Amino acid sequence: MSMTNEYIQERLVNQFGEAISNIEAPYGMFSFEVPKEMNLKVMQFLFDDDQLKFRFLTDICAVHYPDDKGRELAVVYHLHNLEDNVRIRMKVFTDINQPDVFTATSLFSTANWMERETYDFYGVNFVGHPNLKRILNVDEMDYFPLRKEFPLEDQTRIDKDDEMFGRGGSIR
Amino acid sequence: MARPVQYNVKNEGGKVITVAEMPEGYQGEGFFAAKLSDVVGLARKNSIWPLPFATSCCGIEFMATMASHYDLARFGAERVGFSPRQCDLLMVMGTIAKKMAPVVKQVYLQMAEPRWVIAVGACASSGGIFDTYSVLQGIDQVVPVDVYVPGCPPRPEAILDGFMKIQELVGKEDLRRRNSDRYKALLESYGIQ
Repeated sequence: MSMTNEYIQERLVNQFGEAISNIEAPYGMFSFEVPKEMNLKVMQFLFDDDQLKFRFLTDICAVHYPDDKGRELAVVYHLHNLEDNVRIRMKVFTDINQPDVFTATSLFSTANWMERETYDFYGVNFVGHPNLKRILNVDEMDYFPLRKEFPLEDQTRIDKDDEMFGRGGSIR
Repeated sequence: MARPVQYNVKNEGGKVITVAEMPEGYQGEGFFAAKLSDVVGLARKNSIWPLPFATSCCGIEFMATMASHYDLARFGAERVGFSPRQCDLLMVMGTIAKKMAPVVKQVYLQMAEPRWVIAVGACASSGGIFDTYSVLQGIDQVVPVDVYVPGCPPRPEAILDGFMKIQELVGKEDLRRRNSDRYKALLESYGIQ
C-alpha cells in the first residue's frame, strides 16, 4: 500500500462522503475542500489514522476571492506526512462577514503563530484561539492589509518617480 | 643649531592644503576675544558623536563611510555610540516600519539636548519605494529631522555631505535656540515634553 493521491482520496471519501469536495491535484499535490465546520474533524482523522499520519502542519494561510460571494475567504492548511514525505492541502471557505473558523491550536501547537498571522492579514476569526491578536502589524491598524479591498495606487502620482530608483523610465 | 628641513619642502603635486577659518574676533598680544557661541559651536561641530540607527542597506553604506577609505573619523566623529548616552547626532539609516517608529522615538527621547537628527536615504526620508501599509512614510512623522540625505542607497560621499551639512548647522546654532518658543513649539508638535 503506497500513499498515492487516489488512496488518500478513497480513505477521505469513505470516512466523510459528500463533505469532501473540489478534489484536484495541481502539480501533483492533492487538494480538497471541506465545510468550515468540519475542519477539525477531518484534520483529526488525518492525524490519528495509522496509514495517513499527517502529523505535521507546514503552514496555514488565507486567500481572498472578492468575487466569490459567501465564500470570500479561503483558509488553506498545508499538511505533511513526514514518514512517507507526502504533502496535501485542505481548504475551508468562509463568508467574509462571518469569518469564524475553528482553531487548530489544540491539534497543532504551531497553529497558534500561524493563525495569529492569518488573522493579522486577512481577519479570519479563529474561534477558540488562546490569544488572537495582531502579531506582525501595529495594533492601531484598523484594516486587514492583504484583503483585496483597497483601490490600487493612483497611477498618475509623480512624487515617487520610478526613475529616481533606477527602475523603468528611461532605463532600457 | 637646529637641523634644516630637507625633505618634502616643495609640495610637488601642488596639493591644496586647506586651513580651517578661525572664528571672528579681536586679537591682541597674547589674547583672543571671540563670541562664546562661536567657540562652543566650533567645539561642538568638530566633536559630533553619532548614534547610528541602521536598519537596512543605507546602514551598510554607513559602514563603508566609517571605514578607512571614507573615514568619518576625520570629522571628529571617531566615537560612534550605540547608545543614546552622550550621543548628539541620531543617524537613521534604512526603512523604518511603523512597528519600529516608537523605538526610534524612544531613542530620540533618551538623547540629551542639544541633539540633531539626520535621515539617510529615501526610506528614512520618505518611505522610499516602500509605499505600503507597514512602512512609516518618513521619520519626520515621529522625530524632527535636521538634514535629509537623498539616494537609494546614498553613496558614502553623500552621507559625508549630509554630515558636513549637520556640522554647518551645529557650528552656526545660536546658544539660545533650544530654549526658544519656536523650538518648544516644534517639539510640542511631536508630542515631546
